[in-house]
Formats: sequence, structure tokens, C-alpha cells
Amino acid sequence: MARITAGIGTSHVPAIGAAIDHDKTQEDYWKPLFDGYMPAQEYVEKNTPDVAILVYNDHASAFSLELISTFLLGVADYFPPADEGYGPRQVPGVEGHPELAWHLAESLILDEFDMAIANEMPVDHGLTVPLSITCGQPDAWPFKVIPLCVNVIQYPQPTGKRCFKLGQAIRKAVESFPEDLHVAIYGTGGMSHQLQGERAGLINADFDNAFLDDLTADVDRLVNIGHMEYLRESGSEGIEMIMWLIMRGALGEQAKEIYRHYHVPASNTGAGLIILEAA
Amino acid sequence: MDKNYHDIPGTYVFDGTQNRAGYHLNMFCKSLDVEANRDAFRNDPDVYLDRYPMTAEQRKAIEDRDWLGMLQLGGNIYYTFKIAIFDQVSMQAVGGMMSNMTEEEFRQMMINGGRSVEGNRSKSEGN
Repeated sequence: MARITAGIGTSHVPAIGAAIDHDKTQEDYWKPLFDGYMPAQEYVEKNTPDVAILVYNDHASAFSLELISTFLLGVADYFPPADEGYGPRQVPGVEGHPELAWHLAESLILDEFDMAIANEMPVDHGLTVPLSITCGQPDAWPFKVIPLCVNVIQYPQPTGKRCFKLGQAIRKAVESFPEDLHVAIYGTGGMSHQLQGERAGLINADFDNAFLDDLTADVDRLVNIGHMEYLRESGSEGIEMIMWLIMRGALGEQAKEIYRHYHVPASNTGAGLIILEAA
Repeated sequence: MDKNYHDIPGTYVFDGTQNRAGYHLNMFCKSLDVEANRDAFRNDPDVYLDRYPMTAEQRKAIEDRDWLGMLQLGGNIYYTFKIAIFDQVSMQAVGGMMSNMTEEEFRQMMINGGRSVEGNRSKSEGN
């Protein structure tokens, strides 16, 4: 059977991708951040999954206000990098895993999680930057990817509790897939940041570090954080952290922390990374 | 419906009301993803903006690159930022313009740990 063994939480700031693409990772501004990413790359190299379910959000790239899906699964065998106004990132295209993706879609919908399904979509920095952070600059990504796109732009975003429960359902669905596959799950976005308004630039390192702590110490607390608390305490875009709870839910009751890194700033964001294993 | 997020200072939550108010403004921004549209907007902004049935205020906010005004009139930052990309202006410059700082001051604030949440949580509580 397929099994989820590892979860990775990471920010997906576009400037991090640009720093990699333009060879700036060793500059003074970026070096402390990228030094902290090296152990994560080593971990992924040693524990390369067959498939990663990558939970992320689209930033008005593949989708616009015409159509807003709360949860959407990409079932294609290929997802091209999106053009976000600078031309597409010069990174490998993303190969999907349609068999497992369809199995997830069917299992989740029958389990009462009403997923939208996408056969064609480009993927933006929300998906490709986490791959760059954890895999570096390979000629091809070392595993297949199932994109799970979450609405975090239009209020109300799904609750953290709903995200966590979706993660639990994903775990069950993966375990009912007959093929023997090693599956990892990424929760991306965050941590604290606010891009808009007079409060732009807000960072709350205490909130972020407590969030990282409680992914293992007190998951119940995280699951019960509501919209107001995210918006107020972690900035209007900090609510992306609900996507980490899908990852955490998919790891089962207990998870063990393998590695973490936290750095302020990456552009306008508190950048966090954590590697967890199902205990 | 609980809308107490209006109590958070300097923050424009993109809810249904904002979506309805800003739909055409945001869809104009989204259209700049396409190179042919960027060329058309560059060549004749007036004619291009006529394609989108915006209010006069929204149109003026776009023409003035009034980043806060766009948010107040229903813009969403991920959409309005497409105008900044078009103008080749950075997110930190836009952040500065929304909070009355220069790009360099904004960048330095981020290096120093960002804008503190202390004093920025609530209009009514003043904390």
C-alpha cells in the first residue's frame, strides 16, 4: 500500500525563487536563509519520495475571480510553470501522478470532502518555490507531484479545523491505494506576513515560532485558531498557515520533528521550514 | 456574519463585499498577465481601460497608482500587484507607498524584524 511518511512545511515567497533563479543565494541578504535550507535538501535527497502531495495556493495565476475553488486537486500528468508577469520561472515542468490523484479525488469526495478537479492548469511560485527550496536546481524534479490548491485569497478561507480534517482524510485515502508508494506531503505558505494596507510588513516571530512548536506539542491549539486570530496576529496573508494543517493532519496522531529553520525576513515574510515524520 | 476583522487597523480583508465592488478592477489587473494586453495597455491606457466597466474612482486610483485607494475600492493585493509588475515596481516599494515610507525605509524595517504586531492589533482596543 501507499503510505505518507514525511511532512514538510515551508514558506513559498516568490523572492526566494527569484534569488535561486538569479544566483543570489550566497549574497549577505539571502545566505542565512539558504544555509538553513541545506539540511532540508539533504533530507529530501536521502528520503526521496515517489510522489509528493503539495498543498499550496494559486496567486491569481491559474485562476482568477471568475472561479474560486476552496480545495482543488490537479489530476494531470503535467503542470507547466505559470507566467506571473516576468515570463515563466526557468524551472523544470512538474510531472503529476494521475492514478494516485484520481484515487485521492474519488476517495475524498466519497469521504465527504468535495474537491474540485483540474485537468489543465499552470502552477505558480506557490508550488514551484517549495520544490526549489527542498530540491535545489535539478534538471527534473526528483518525484511526481500532486498539486492540492487551497483558496486563501478570498475570505472566508476554509477553517484550520477543516484543513486538518482534510489532511486526516488524505492519509486514509493514500493508505487505501494498492501500489507500494512512498508519499510525502508539503504544507506551504506563510508564515506571518502582510502585503497590503497601512499595516504592510507585519511580522510576528512569536506567533510563528509557537506555531512551529505546536505542530508537535499542541496540535489541538493550532487546529482551533480562527480567521480573526490569523488575520490579527500573523497578518492578512499569514492565514496561509492553514495549509500547513492539511500536511499535519495527514501525518496521523503523533508526529516527530526532524528539522526546523526560521528566518526574518525573506522579502516581506517570516520564512519558516519544518520537517516532520509520522511517529 | 462576524465581520469584526474591520477592527484590525490598516488591513483590507477581501470578502464578498470587496469582491463585488472590485470585480472589474481586479479583472483588469488580471488581464495584464497576457503580453498582448500589456502592450495594448501601454500603447493607449485610456482605450484599454474602457474595456473594463469600473467606477470613475477606481479608474482614477489605477491611473494615479494609488495602491491604498485601489484596496479601499475593492482591489486585492495579488491583483493590484500585477500593475506593479507591469510598472517594474517592487512589492517593498508598494508596501512603502501604502504605509507612508520609502522603499529603502520599508526594506530596512523588514531587515530589522518587520512591523511589530504590538499596537497594530485592534482599532477599538488600541493594542
